Amino acid sequence: MKNIICALIIIALYSSCKSGNSTPATLPILGNREPVTKTVNGKPVTDTVYSTIPAFKFVNQYADTITNKSLDGKIYVADFFFTTCPSICPVMHRNMLNVYKEFKADDNFRIISHTIDPKYDTVPVLKKYADKLGISGNTWWLLHGTKEDTYQIAKKYLVSVQEKNPQGEYIHDGYFILVDKQKRLRGTYDGTDPAQVTKLIADIKTLKTEPDQVAAK
Amino acid sequence: MKLAFITGIGLLFIMAVAASCQSDEQIEFKRYYSSGSVLYLAHCQNCHGEKGEGLQALIPPLTDSVFLKQNRSSLACYLKNGLKGKLSIAGREFEGEMPAAADLSPIEVAKVLTYITNSFGNKQGLINLQQVQADLKECK
Ligand code: HEC
Repeated sequence: MKNIICALIIIALYSSCKSGNSTPATLPILGNREPVTKTVNGKPVTDTVYSTIPAFKFVNQYADTITNKSLDGKIYVADFFFTTCPSICPVMHRNMLNVYKEFKADDNFRIISHTIDPKYDTVPVLKKYADKLGISGNTWWLLHGTKEDTYQIAKKYLVSVQEKNPQGEYIHDGYFILVDKQKRLRGTYDGTDPAQVTKLIADIKTLKTEPDQVAAK
Repeated sequence: MKLAFITGIGLLFIMAVAASCQSDEQIEFKRYYSSGSVLYLAHCQNCHGEKGEGLQALIPPLTDSVFLKQNRSSLACYLKNGLKGKLSIAGREFEGEMPAAADLSPIEVAKVLTYITNSFGNKQGLINLQQVQADLKECK
């Protein structure tokens, strides 16, 4: 009898803790938003317009052209790196491998990693890096483009990247950005922190179940 | 009963003395090892990983005791000048580039090397400052 009471108390405590910090069923939408009023059937209707990732065109490690259209109907995670990065990139991609392994069977999911050193990281260099990292198929694309295009798109992901500093190092931050099928930003995670990357994986699962995402093609 | 008690106390005493009488070498080893673990975290772990596991085929693990033993006297130079080219580690081929850890002083090199050669399944004893200074003179 005593055991049963104890068990009940433990269950009660456990479930109260769980509901206390459980993740919400939907993720926030990040970035700028603007109310837009338009007229529908003669009545004014106010809608919120969220900032989205604009059209782009890059080339992946297989020399295939990748545009915003290639990501239509897909949830994806973006980051910025370069293959010779001595500091945070190995940690970021050690962690990103967990995301890759979790979702590589899902054709409606992608990872894109933009190189910020396009001069050195040519397509063959990116392919070699991909092979050594042990990634194959089309789940994870390493993207090459002009420096201008890459730096421009980084701003849209709210990621800061800069030119080489006097020591010849690139300064960039190690964020992983979660983007939904409508190309809206849904989360930013410190890619160097395994705990945040675990949260990213959980958030992707949550996002996949949102009605907007289920419906989008 | 009384005898057992005395023997017990005696044993305890011997153990206490033994524990406090660590050789100077052991104390030195512990100092090197524990500062080495802090240095590893700051300078090496991003690439070689928390458990010295490396990163896929990009960065070799630090678990190959045979390699570390055979190249013991070159390790200081690897850190000081960086390392590039083909390597066979733990039965796998690597061809990458490790940047020079130019900001590490010889004593720090000795500490971090003591740490890695006695972690991740390695057990090769102290690499002290004198050793590192001698090795650094022989860098190619
Ligand atoms: C930027 C990433 C990076 C950092 C930081 C780094 N290494 Fe390395 N390390 C490498 C790579 C890559 C190689 C393989 C080089 C090659 O292929 O020739 C390597 C090789 C080695 C080797 C010889 C091969 C082996 O696996 O046993 C040792 C020993 C080593 N590193 C120790 C260290 C120590 C100690 C530190 C910290 C002071 C450190 N490394 C920091 C990337 C790194």
